[in-house]
Amino acid sequence: MLNKDNKTDVIVVGGGPAGITCAMLLAKSGKEVVLIERGLFAGSKNVFGGAIYTQPTKEIFPDFEKEAPLERRNIEHNFMILGEDDSTTISYRKDDNVSYSVVRGKFDRWMAQKAKEAGVILVEQTVVRELIKNGTKVAGVRTELEDYYADVVVLADGVNSLLAKQIGLRKEIEPKDVALSVKEVIKLDKDTINQRFNLQDGEGAIGEIFGGPMLEILGLGFMYTNTDCVTIGLGITLDDLIECKYRPFEFLERLKQHPKIAPLIEGGTLKEYSAHLIPEGGYKKIPQLCDNGVIVVGDAAMLVNNLHWEGTNLAMISGKLCAETIIEAFNKKNFSRKMLSLYEKKLKDSFVMKDLKTYKDLMDIAHQRKKAFMGYYLRKINSFFEMFTSVNSVPKKEGYHKFIKSIFTDRKLSELFKDVWALIKLVWSILV
Amino acid sequence: MNLDKKLYTLKYSPDTQSHLNPDSEQCKTCVSRNCTYICPAGVYEWNEEKNELIINFENCLECGACRIACEKGCIDWQYPKGTKGVTFKQG
Ligand SMILES: Cc1cc2nc3c(=O)[nH]c(=O)nc-3n(C[C@H](O)[C@H](O)[C@H](O)COP(=O)(O)OP(=O)(O)OC[C@H]3O[C@@H](n4cnc5c(N)ncnc54)[C@H](O)[C@@H]3O)c2cc1C
Ligand code: SF4
Ligand code: SF4
Repeated sequence: MLNKDNKTDVIVVGGGPAGITCAMLLAKSGKEVVLIERGLFAGSKNVFGGAIYTQPTKEIFPDFEKEAPLERRNIEHNFMILGEDDSTTISYRKDDNVSYSVVRGKFDRWMAQKAKEAGVILVEQTVVRELIKNGTKVAGVRTELEDYYADVVVLADGVNSLLAKQIGLRKEIEPKDVALSVKEVIKLDKDTINQRFNLQDGEGAIGEIFGGPMLEILGLGFMYTNTDCVTIGLGITLDDLIECKYRPFEFLERLKQHPKIAPLIEGGTLKEYSAHLIPEGGYKKIPQLCDNGVIVVGDAAMLVNNLHWEGTNLAMISGKLCAETIIEAFNKKNFSRKMLSLYEKKLKDSFVMKDLKTYKDLMDIAHQRKKAFMGYYLRKINSFFEMFTSVNSVPKKEGYHKFIKSIFTDRKLSELFKDVWALIKLVWSILV
Repeated sequence: MNLDKKLYTLKYSPDTQSHLNPDSEQCKTCVSRNCTYICPAGVYEWNEEKNELIINFENCLECGACRIACEKGCIDWQYPKGTKGVTFKQG
C-alpha cells in the first residue's frame, strides 16, 4: 500500500475504459498505481450504446471473449432511415466478430477487477475534487477525504472532465460540442428478441437510426440487443436541444412509438432509464493533451468518433499509449510536458488521431446543412421508395418524372447547389 | 410513459445537500431557462410565484448537460459525494 505521505508512482482519475486500461498496463510494468473512481463501483456512473469492439479490446484484454460479461456478438448492422411514419432500412449482416453488446455496469467492473489482479490499487466511491499543483507541475489530487501525490496524474475522468478544465488544459465546453443522450433498457425475453431481430442465441443486432422524431436536427438514435433486453436511445447535440425547446425524453418517447420501432419493443418493460453526454467536438476541440506531470485520455480528451459510434476503443488505445509514455518517462525520470508529449506523438501516429482528423470537418458541415442532410434527403429517400413500391395504375415513367421534378420544385436551386457543394467538401475532406 | 416512471427504475442514494447550485440572482434575469427543459431528469422547475428555481437535485443523472446549457453559465456544478447520487446498473 501507499507510504505514509500518500505518495505513489501514478494516479489515474476515472475508472472507465481509458483509465482502467492505463492503470492496468502501468501496474503490469511494475509501477505503483492508484485508480480513483467516484461511483459505487467502476461502471456505475457510465452509460453508452453500446458495443465494445473485439480487436482493440483484445489488444488490452486478450482473453476477454472467454472471461468478460458479454451480452451478444453483433452479426447485423441496420441503418434505419425514418420519415414521419415510414422508413427505409439498409441491413448488413455478417458474422465477422467485430463487436459485442455489453452492459457497462458489468463490463467496466470486470475490467477494473482485471486491473486489480494486475496490482492496481482501486479506490472507489471517491471523487477527486481538484488537482494539487507544485509550481507548474501537477503533483497530486485532492479527494473528499485525503490528498494523494504522484509523479504523474492521468485524467481519465470522462466527457465533463472538470479537472482538465480546472488546470486550463481546455476551455469551457460549448453546447454544440456535446450531444445529450438518453436511453432505455427494455426487458424482453430472449426468444422474443431472437425472433424479432432474426437472431440465434448469442447473436446480436445493431440499429443506427436517422430521422424520425429527429428529422432536421443533429441527432442519431441507436438500438442494441442484450441477452434479454433491448436498448434504445438517442443523442442530440445540446445546441439543437436548446433551440428546439423540447425535452430529451420526449424525443425518445416519440422514437419508441415510430411504426418501425414500436413492434420491436412491444410488450417489453422498462428496466432502466439513463442519460449521458457524448463528446462531439472532434479533432478541432481536442484539448491540450499533456502538461508537466499530467496527461489526458479518452472522453476527457474528446477522443470519440461519433459517426461510427466509436469511443471505448479510442479510450482504451489512448490509455495504452499514455501508459507506454509514462513508462518511458519513469525510465528517464522526467515528467515534464516535453517528455510527456511523446503521448501526443503516439496518438498522432495511431488510428485514433488519424480517424478524428479524417472527420475534422464533419460536424461543422453537419451543423450548417442539418436541415438538408438530416431532414430533406432522409424524407426524399423514403418518398423514393414510396413511389417505387406503390401500385396505383399510374404509369411508372410518370412516377419517376414526378419524383425527379419534386426535387427541383420543393427545394430552391441555390439550396441544392449548397447541398452538393457541402457533400463534395465533406467527401474531399474525408478522402484527401 | 412519464418521466417519474422512468426515474423510478433508477437506484439513488440522495445527499442532503444539493450538488447543483445556480446563482439565483442570475436566474431571475434569465430569458431562456434552458435548464428547465434540456434536463433528462426534469431536475429544474421554475416557480413563478417565488420567482426562483426549484431544484430536485435528488433526481439528477449527473450528465453535466445543464452546466453547459445554462444561459448564464452560472451553475456551480459538482459531482455528488462518492457514496451518493445515481447508480446505473444497465448503462
Ligand atoms: C449514449 C452513448 C452511446 C455510446 N455508444 C458507444 C458504443 O456503442 N461503442 C463505443 O465504443 N463507445 C460508445 N460511446 C462512447 C463511450 O461510452 C466513451 O467514449 C467511453 O466510455 C469513454 O471512456 P473513458 O474511460 O474515457 O470515460 P468514461 O467511460 O466516461 O469514464 C470516466 C470515469 O471517470 C469517473 N470520474 C469522473 N470524474 C471523476 C472524479 N472527479 N473523480 C473520480 N472519478 C471520476 C466516472 O465515474 C467514470 O467512471 C457511447 C457514449 C454514449 C454516451
Ligand atoms: S439556464 Fe442557468 S441562469 Fe437560466 S434559469 Fe437555468 S440555471 Fe438559471
Ligand atoms: S446534470 Fe444532467 S441530470 Fe443532473 S440536473 Fe444537470 S442536466 Fe439534469
